[in-house]
Amino acid sequence: MNEHELRGLIGKVKAGKMSRRGFVQRMMAVGIAAPFATQLLVHSGVAMAQSKGTYKPTKRGGGGPLKVLWWQGPTLLNPHFAVGTKDQDGSRLFYEPLAAWDAEGNLKPKLAAEIPSRENGGLSADGKSVTWKLKQGVTWHDGKPFTADDAVFNWQYAKDPATASVTIGSYQDVIVEKVDQYTIVVKFAKATPFWADAFVGTRGMLIPKHLFADYIGAKSRDAPTNLKPVGTGPYLFKDFKPGDMVTGVINPNYHQANKPYFDSIEMKGGGDAISAARAVLQTGEFDFAWNMQVEDEILSRLEKGGKGRVEVTPGGNIEHMQLNTTDPWTEVDGERSSIKTKHPTLSDPAVRQAIALLIDSKSVEQHIYGRTGPATRDFLNNPPRFRSKANPIEFNIDKAADILEKAGWKKGADGVRAKDGKKLKFVYQTSINQPRQKTQAIIKQAAQKAGIDMELKSVTASVFFSSDVANPDTYTKFYCDLQMYTTTMSQPDPQLFMNQFTSWEVSTKDNKWQGRNITRWRNEEYDKLFRASENELDPVKRAALFIKMNDMAVQNGVVLGIVQRPGVAAVATKLNASISGWDNNTWDLSDWFKEA
Amino acid sequence: MSRQYVIRKILIMIPSLLGISLVLFTVLAMAPGDPFEELATNPAVPPEVRAALRAKFGLDDPVWTRYLHWLAAMLQGDWGFSFVSRMDVDKLILQRLPVTLIVIGSSQIIAILVALPVGVLAATRPYSLFDQVANTLAFVGFSLPTFFTGLLFILVFSIQLDWLPFVYRANIDATGWQFYWEHIKQSIMPVMVLGLFQGASLVRFVRSSVLDVIKLDYVTTARSKGIGERKVITKHVVRNALIPVVTLVALQLPIVFGGAIVTEQIFRVPGIGSLLISAMLANDTPVVMAVTFVIACLVVFFNLLADIIYGWLDPRISYR
Repeated sequence: MNEHELRGLIGKVKAGKMSRRGFVQRMMAVGIAAPFATQLLVHSGVAMAQSKGTYKPTKRGGGGPLKVLWWQGPTLLNPHFAVGTKDQDGSRLFYEPLAAWDAEGNLKPKLAAEIPSRENGGLSADGKSVTWKLKQGVTWHDGKPFTADDAVFNWQYAKDPATASVTIGSYQDVIVEKVDQYTIVVKFAKATPFWADAFVGTRGMLIPKHLFADYIGAKSRDAPTNLKPVGTGPYLFKDFKPGDMVTGVINPNYHQANKPYFDSIEMKGGGDAISAARAVLQTGEFDFAWNMQVEDEILSRLEKGGKGRVEVTPGGNIEHMQLNTTDPWTEVDGERSSIKTKHPTLSDPAVRQAIALLIDSKSVEQHIYGRTGPATRDFLNNPPRFRSKANPIEFNIDKAADILEKAGWKKGADGVRAKDGKKLKFVYQTSINQPRQKTQAIIKQAAQKAGIDMELKSVTASVFFSSDVANPDTYTKFYCDLQMYTTTMSQPDPQLFMNQFTSWEVSTKDNKWQGRNITRWRNEEYDKLFRASENELDPVKRAALFIKMNDMAVQNGVVLGIVQRPGVAAVATKLNASISGWDNNTWDLSDWFKEA
Repeated sequence: MSRQYVIRKILIMIPSLLGISLVLFTVLAMAPGDPFEELATNPAVPPEVRAALRAKFGLDDPVWTRYLHWLAAMLQGDWGFSFVSRMDVDKLILQRLPVTLIVIGSSQIIAILVALPVGVLAATRPYSLFDQVANTLAFVGFSLPTFFTGLLFILVFSIQLDWLPFVYRANIDATGWQFYWEHIKQSIMPVMVLGLFQGASLVRFVRSSVLDVIKLDYVTTARSKGIGERKVITKHVVRNALIPVVTLVALQLPIVFGGAIVTEQIFRVPGIGSLLISAMLANDTPVVMAVTFVIACLVVFFNLLADIIYGWLDPRISYR
C-alpha cells in the first residue's frame, strides 16, 4: 500500500464512506499497528472514536470481591519503578495515567478531560507540542485535589537520572509546563509524530506530588508511599506483600460515576501458570489469571470445565528468527560477530531466501502454540486475520533446494550443501523453553531435507537474556549464526520497535553489547527511512515508511517472523473484563464487572 | 548439662555461620544472571538507567568488597536492600517468616503425632499385619517427593472433589470462627503434604529405635517386676528410644525446609520458600542471600536445640 492509496482511504473515512473500524482493519492488513492507524486518522482530522462503553452496573459497588491471580505477583507499587508488566499491572490498581490504550488502539481518557486532537486545539500544527486538559474534581485517595502541579511533578520526578526511574525514556526529552490549574503542555524539541507517550498508558501513571515531592532523586527509594500507594484509581490501597498479595477496597470517591463495581480487589501472586489457569478455568477459585503461558492444548481442555474462558488479545510481541550478518566464528579485536567481518555463507542472499522458505510457521502454530501463537512472517505485526499481503508465509523445501542449487550450493557426500569449500552448517540458538526447542526441531528437520545442517543450541534463559558482558551466550552477543526469541513491542508506536535494524544501534563490544541491532545488519536506505519516520509529521507518509522498513528487513532475510505472541488471559465466565494488547492488563479495571 | 556446654555450643555456631555466609555470597556472586535483566530487554529504558542502578547498588564492585560490605551491614542489623522490590530485605522476610514457621511447625507436629504411636505400636508387635501395613505406607510416603503428593492432593481434593482451596491466601476477610476455619481449610493440604512426608520416615526411625530398646534387659526386668505393659512402654521404652529420634528430627529440618520451598510454591503459600524462588527467578541476590542465610541460621539453631534436648533426655551423657 502506498501513500496515495492511504490518502484515499482516509478520505473515505472522512466522507463517512468507510467506518473507522474498517480503516483500522485495512491498515492492520498492511502491517500498521492499530494504535498507529487511529493516530493516522486523528492527525488527518478524523476524531478518535469514543471507546465503546459496555459498562452495565448502575451503581457503585455491590459486586463483592474481585479475585485475580498473577502467577508472578507484583514486587513493587511505584509505577515509575515498575520494571515488568506485573508491577505495572499492580500499580494500575491505584494509579492512573492521563489516557490509556484500548484493545483497538484508541486512546481512552482517564485523568484527562479529553483526548488532544487538532480540532480541540490539543495538538499543535507543527507537531511540537501537545496540550492536555485535565479532568477537574478528581481527588487523590487522601482527599487532596489532583491538579496540573501533580502532572508537572511526575515529569520532574521521572526525568531526574538520580531517581533511577524506568519511565525516564518517556520524560527525559520533553518539557512539561503548567498552563493553568487544569492544563499542561508537553513540548518536544522537534516535530514528534507519536505524541502519546508521556502521561499515557503503561508509563503514564501519575503519582501525587504532595507525597513524593521530598523524595525526588537519590532519596527516591526511601519514600514511604513507594509501598503504600495513594493514587486516583478505583481502589484504595489496603495491604501489600511483595510477590504475594496486593489488596484494595473500593474508592467511594472515584471520579467516574457508578464505578467500580467490585467492593474489594485481591491480586494474588506466586505459583505457576498451569495451576493459575486451573484456579480460574477449573475450580473457579479466582476470577482472572494473567499471562497464561500454557500449551493451548491444556488450556482448551481446562476450558471444557465451563467455569471460565481463555481470552487472546493481539499485541505486537513476536517470536522471530535473526540471521547473523557478521561472522560469529572469527574473532576481531576481542569480539566475535564483529561488524568488520561478513558472514561466510549467510551473506549470500540465496541462502537467506532459502532459510525463509524452510521455516514452517504454520506447523509451529498448529503443533506448538495453537491460539497463543498465530503464524506470521512479518516483524512489525498485527492479528493474523489482518496479515500483510507483502510477506506471505511460504514453506517449500523443494523451492529452497532449487534456489540453493541455482546459486551454486551443491550437495556433498554427507548431504550438506557447499560452495567453494564452505559448507552450509549453522548453529541455531535460543533459550531453554519447551516450545522453543520444539520449534528448533521442526526447522532443523526441514533444513536438513534441503541440504542445510543446523546444530541446535539452547541456553538457560537467565543467561541468554542477561546483559552479562563476560558471558558469550547472551542473545545480544549473538555468537552464532541463527537465533530465536520473542521481542516485545511495549509501545503501540513502531518507532522504538523498528530501531532494531538501524546502523547506529548495532550491538558491539564498544557499547558493551547494549545496542538494539543484534543482527548487525546495516543498510543506508533503511537508516534513511528510519530518520525520515522520526520527524515525518504527515502520518500517511510515516505509515508508508514503517511498512517499507518491515518489508526491507523481512525480504532481505535479516529477520523472519515465526509466530506472534498475543496476550493470553483466563477469565471467569461471568466476568466482563476489557483487555488491551497495547496497555496493562488492568488498564480498564474501573470498568470490570460481573454479568448478573 | 551445664551452662558452659550451651555457651560453647553457641560459640561454635559463629564460625560456621560465617563460613556459610561466605560460601553463599561467593556462589551467588559468581552465578550468571542480572537483576536488571528485564530492563535490558525493554527498549524504552535507556542503558544509562541500568548502569546507574548497578552503580547505586554496588554491583560493579569486586566480590570481596561486596562481601565485606554485606558483612559489615549485617553485623549492624542491616539485611540489605532488595533490587526488585526496592525495600529492606528484613521487612520482606519478616512478612513471610511467620507463615513458613506455622506451616513447618504444624507439619512437624502432625508428623510426630502420626509417627510416634504408629512407630511404637508397630515395634511392639513386630511383623504383625499392622506392622506390615504401617511399614509399606511409610515406605510409599517417603519415596514420593512432596511436589508429587502436592499435585496429587490438588487433583483429588480441589479439582475432583472440590473440598479444599489450593491457593493459600494469607489475608482472609472473615472474623471469629470463620477466620480460623478458612485458615485451617487452606492449610490442610500443604501441612499434610509436608507432615506425611516427614512422618513417614519418622515412623521407620521410631520403630527401629523402639525395637532396639524393647529387647534390652532392663525392659524385661521392668516387666518381670509386674509393671503394666502400658507403663513399661511409655516410661521405660519410649523415653529411651526417643533420644536418637530427637536428633534425627532436628537433623532432618534442612530437608523439611527444602520440601517447604517446593510445597509453598505449589500451594502459593507466602512463606520464605516462595520468596526465595521468586527472588531467584528475578536474580534479586540480596533477597536470595538473606533467605538462604535465614534458613542456614534456622538449621544451625535447631541443631543446637537438638544437642540441648539430647542432654536433657539422657542426663548420663555429659559433654566436657
